[in-house]
Amino acid sequence: MSQKSVPEDRRVAYVNARLLDAAAHLDQPGGLITQGELIADYGSHIKAVGLAADIEVVDCAGQCLSPGLIDMRVQLREPGEEHKGTLASGGHAAAAGGITSLVCLPNTHPVIDDVSIVEFVARRARLLGLTKVYTYGAVTKGLEGQELAEMGLLAEAGAVAFTDGAKAVVSARVMRHALDYARTFGLLIVQHPEEPTLAQGGDMNAGEMATRLGLRGIPAVAEVIMVERDLRLIELTNGRLHFAHLSTAAAIEAVRRAKAAGLAVTCDTSPPYFALNENAVGDYRTFAKLSPPLRTEKDRLAVIEGLADRTIDAIGSDHTPEDEDSKRLPFAQAAFGGIGLETLLAVSLELYHNGRASLLDVLGWLTWRPADLLHLSGGRFAKGAAADLMLFDPDRPWQVREHELSSKSKNTPFDYRPVQGRVLFTIVDGRRVFDLTRAKRGA
Amino acid sequence: MVAADTQAVFRHRHLLGIEGLSPPEILLLLDRSEQFVEQNRRPDKKQTLLRGRTVINLFFEASTRTRTSFELAGKRLGGDVINMTVSTSSVRKGETLLDTAMTLNAMHADVLVVRHPASGAVKLLSEKVNCAVINAGDGSHEHPTQALLDALTIRRRMGRLSGLKVAICGDIAHSRVARSNIHLLNTMGASLRLVAPRTLLPAAVERLGAEVFHDMRRGLEGVDIVMMLRLQTERMQDTLIPSIREYFRFFGLDYEKLARANASALIMHPGPMNRGVEIDSLVADDYSRSVIREQVEMGVAVRMACLDLLTPQAPDAERRNV
Repeated sequence: MSQKSVPEDRRVAYVNARLLDAAAHLDQPGGLITQGELIADYGSHIKAVGLAADIEVVDCAGQCLSPGLIDMRVQLREPGEEHKGTLASGGHAAAAGGITSLVCLPNTHPVIDDVSIVEFVARRARLLGLTKVYTYGAVTKGLEGQELAEMGLLAEAGAVAFTDGAKAVVSARVMRHALDYARTFGLLIVQHPEEPTLAQGGDMNAGEMATRLGLRGIPAVAEVIMVERDLRLIELTNGRLHFAHLSTAAAIEAVRRAKAAGLAVTCDTSPPYFALNENAVGDYRTFAKLSPPLRTEKDRLAVIEGLADRTIDAIGSDHTPEDEDSKRLPFAQAAFGGIGLETLLAVSLELYHNGRASLLDVLGWLTWRPADLLHLSGGRFAKGAAADLMLFDPDRPWQVREHELSSKSKNTPFDYRPVQGRVLFTIVDGRRVFDLTRAKRGA
Repeated sequence: MVAADTQAVFRHRHLLGIEGLSPPEILLLLDRSEQFVEQNRRPDKKQTLLRGRTVINLFFEASTRTRTSFELAGKRLGGDVINMTVSTSSVRKGETLLDTAMTLNAMHADVLVVRHPASGAVKLLSEKVNCAVINAGDGSHEHPTQALLDALTIRRRMGRLSGLKVAICGDIAHSRVARSNIHLLNTMGASLRLVAPRTLLPAAVERLGAEVFHDMRRGLEGVDIVMMLRLQTERMQDTLIPSIREYFRFFGLDYEKLARANASALIMHPGPMNRGVEIDSLVADDYSRSVIREQVEMGVAVRMACLDLLTPQAPDAERRNV
């Protein structure tokens, strides 16, 4: 966990790789040279032979070398709930997942609604020297949905966009003002689209499954109602709005129509919503209690369709650590959320393995697309850019087991799932922050 | 005395719900219950089938009737019965459901009878203990012994379950009694109707195998059994119904609506009743039609059968030597 930076003159050549840069539609054999923290050169001309003598050579054995993943939706729980997760545990989990940059939600304690907390997170993450951590600022003070947070100052301090995290901005008036005000600074607002009075008290998707289990339902319309309302507010304000983790066919259709009409709207989804449906709740499995809830098979297929036709712009892990005391409870009392950093790539690659998307499409949703949404550097190969990379084997099979994940909390909805696609190593600023061969598995 | 031929085994460790039980398993429970009905009517009711066994009634929700019924059942079988009522507030103070389970497990209980306000809580607890667990009602999920006692009552009166038309009326959405009865009666070949305002029906309830009616008069047309459910008065705060007066007018059982049912139709209610809310007092007390008291009697027999069948047989044959 060294936070020492790489010496400026140190050069490493990653050769014999399959170079994948989704932004440039690049998929070819070749190599990449880093110098210090930066990418010096890349392309098919870089081979093991003919390199200067002082260059360290890493043979990638034909595996895929890609820009590191950019995860736009992560909860790290520090400060305030370090028993569930910390910047360090989240950083290690992210690195193991091939993620070189992540953006954390402001729902910490204290809330990231103040410049000092943005700086605290940035400083702590820098010292750890793992995955790069960016922050969302709160839209409203204390995430209370009443008064606007100091978005301008927060942005100056480094907040990349604004959201009330796992809570919707409920008041239409507050949302209108947030969109109007953020527009002044060219900032993006991210909404958790859920109409709270409809979702209130609900435990899982409303439908036959909830009825059988005697659990209270969250109707699918709770999502689309908030989406439709906010689309009107974008129209009114010309603001930029992004919907997080869409889960229903209706909401995706609403965004599809809005995009066709030219509104400045974008959205993402998370692996559970294209890889699982409400049946995962099974016999009261609280690890499958998510917000928004897992929906029907029809909705799951609509999410895949939304990705395929570019209605959905990106995939974020929606990593939500919850400890045993919050999950080993009767379903209604258990906390919402699942972890996702270490399964983000493998579960997303199911879309590729199942023939629903190309390998470059999947990488695009996880790299340059979220980077562009949030104006982050990275997510693509570029000479002179930070050397944030991952090497992965898209076919290697493994089984997700909660105790083998390095996240502090183990609440994965994918426990026992056989998946394909494994990160071999992860590089941040030219430094190896994760290496599968050195990682202790099954500790 | 217990007949020696009832050596049939109930192949489940716990009784958590009716969903998933097969017709022979339900028949086994009902037949065993039947034997206890006769015994319970004798002056000497005490048995020794559970001698030396400990039954703990663990109630996380207030209950008088069900708890008493289980207590009586355990005692009549000669077991030691302990009642534990855990107020939800003390659980909130720190001890979790699973802590409680571990504590009781360490006391070597043989059967835990559990009621909990959260759906699935009894299942969760059953995964953490070594003894048999009987679900005495979990949230809006299941209340299997209630469905069994209802079925026993019906079978004794009508001679069968298969082919009967049964209407379940009232707050289906929040009712574990309704769910268990839907599963049981469907499994046994009855045809089911659900009668309720749309606000008191859960999503996709017809998928459980029932015909849904919002007009009680039509719903009761030609039925053999009218099963009423209790309406919690807090449903009004949740804007599910406007008032008791209106609810009774459209969904309360009175003679006028009952006239649509078969002349011999039975009236059932799991209790406790809200007279004048879901059922007219006169109807409830009409013992030519109402079998509400009999349901309570059957409850003890059914719970004796459940306790008996879930208690693993002692290695020595002595236990069966009544």
